[in-house]
Amino acid sequence: MNSQIGATAAAGSNLDTVLKVTTPEGIELALHPAGPVPRVLAWLIDLVWRFAVLFVLLMFLPMLGDVGQGIWLLVFFLLDWLVPAWFEARRGGATPGKKALGLMVLRDDGAPAGWNEALTRNLLRFADFLPLMYMGGLLSMIISPGFKRLGDHAAGTLVVHKPSSAPSAPVPSVDPEPPPAALDLAGRRALLDYAERYPQLTTERAEEIAAAAAPMLAPDSRSPAQRLLAMANHLLGRARSESGSS
Amino acid sequence: MRQAEFERRYASLWDSFGQWLENRGKRRKKGEPEPEGLSAAQVPGVFRAICSHLALARDRQYSPFLVDHLNRLVLDGHQVFYGASTSWFSAPWRFLAIEFPQTVRAERQLVWLAALLFFGPLIGLTIAIQFFPGLASLLLSPTDMGQMETMYRPEADRLGMRDSSTNVMMFGFYIWNNVRIGFQTFAGGILLGLGSIFFLLFNGLYIGAVLGYLQQIGLGEQIWSFVAAHSGLELLAIVISGAAGLKLGAALLSPGRRSRRLALVENAKVALKLMLGAALMFVAAAIVEAFFSPLNLPDPRPKYAVGIILWVLLLAYFWRAGGPRAAR
Repeated sequence: MNSQIGATAAAGSNLDTVLKVTTPEGIELALHPAGPVPRVLAWLIDLVWRFAVLFVLLMFLPMLGDVGQGIWLLVFFLLDWLVPAWFEARRGGATPGKKALGLMVLRDDGAPAGWNEALTRNLLRFADFLPLMYMGGLLSMIISPGFKRLGDHAAGTLVVHKPSSAPSAPVPSVDPEPPPAALDLAGRRALLDYAERYPQLTTERAEEIAAAAAPMLAPDSRSPAQRLLAMANHLLGRARSESGSS
Repeated sequence: MRQAEFERRYASLWDSFGQWLENRGKRRKKGEPEPEGLSAAQVPGVFRAICSHLALARDRQYSPFLVDHLNRLVLDGHQVFYGASTSWFSAPWRFLAIEFPQTVRAERQLVWLAALLFFGPLIGLTIAIQFFPGLASLLLSPTDMGQMETMYRPEADRLGMRDSSTNVMMFGFYIWNNVRIGFQTFAGGILLGLGSIFFLLFNGLYIGAVLGYLQQIGLGEQIWSFVAAHSGLELLAIVISGAAGLKLGAALLSPGRRSRRLALVENAKVALKLMLGAALMFVAAAIVEAFFSPLNLPDPRPKYAVGIILWVLLLAYFWRAGGPRAAR
């Protein structure tokens, strides 16, 4: 039985795409590599704005005649090869497309990408394009952990979801109540997960989820959801409020 | 310790570190005082403390939000502490004077191989076309041939371009086209070196066909005087781009005692140095090719002289510049 649980847990960690990076301080950082879909969308956005820039230039540069044509080709070259690298090395690791999708480029060790990494992965984009329409890059992304395209492999980089800076929603404060029985780690974790998601759920949905736990609770005037919150407060070690009484 | 107590005790420390990270990003005006909060001397200690808080919070199964919050603080801190990369990019002069020629010498086996793959077909086809003129039409279409005949006709004002074009336009074109070819030759190398080999051979054959064809139809003086000045920079730049690509391929074909993954990352660092140097050579070549090479001088000898001098300087540069390579 135990071994079965262990096996399930291992399978779970294989399924999850979180990458752990060990820092010199001896702790593990969790990175969330971005899969093909957001990256293709980011690439499309980048394609559109670069195309727009070239198009606008195409309307105005002919005033300069052939000189304008030369400048246009130079801009084309820069936008195609070097500008994305500049964004990734100097502008928070993200081209405008990646920024819009909340992605950023990091080194494998979790540090921000510098010029070396940014240039390597952008110059190698040509190899990812082969044989056509980025088939090579897509294939490489699918078969490698961390969704690395060929350029990422050579540069030693990852494209990750930027950690959201949303402030944590506190668990609603209710008078704590000990759980009816001692909970194991998974049980405590489930309870806390529920309590932290509670503010984002509608009351009906919160009650619906809590109903699953209702048979285990002694009958009480409060709803199951409120009682689960109370237990979460107990686990958090919150003090009983002064005015509260039961 | 329960989570609430843990948070109560350390929240102010976390906030002050978060505040420090935020202030760091801002640019201060001159004279503005240091922002309040953590001093630089305190930061490493605080960072280590927060790292251990993260480890504790995970171990004690505190709530996911708290763990995520600490994970983000540590990640941001990690990026500040370990993100500073010393790059050759910040010292361009040192790169050009020392690192680039040293790297080329260190990788001379690959450079020779790339040179063989490129100059072999180039010279071979140029000579072969003199005896078998039909060979040129294998690579050049009749339109190409016609266009070349006009671009390099003896009475042209400027060689190598259509009459309506200007030097600036050709400069843009050469950057866009030639540096792109260099980048492609480099990038193709990750496919076990095959892409680099293909581009080296193909460009060698193509250039050989053009040179051979124009020589064979009697426009030799025009084409040779056009290519002479920029040939050293441009041809060697292609060779070095190819060597950079082969360096990528070598990581996969013979990683030695490293994993292929590690070999690729390590070789890519060397390859990027080669490619960057080659890119600078392409740019220099484009300047010469756009502004000097097209001049149709009555006497082509000055252009030949410039070409020979550049070749000699370049070979001397790769042979000696930067001194003997220090042991790695």
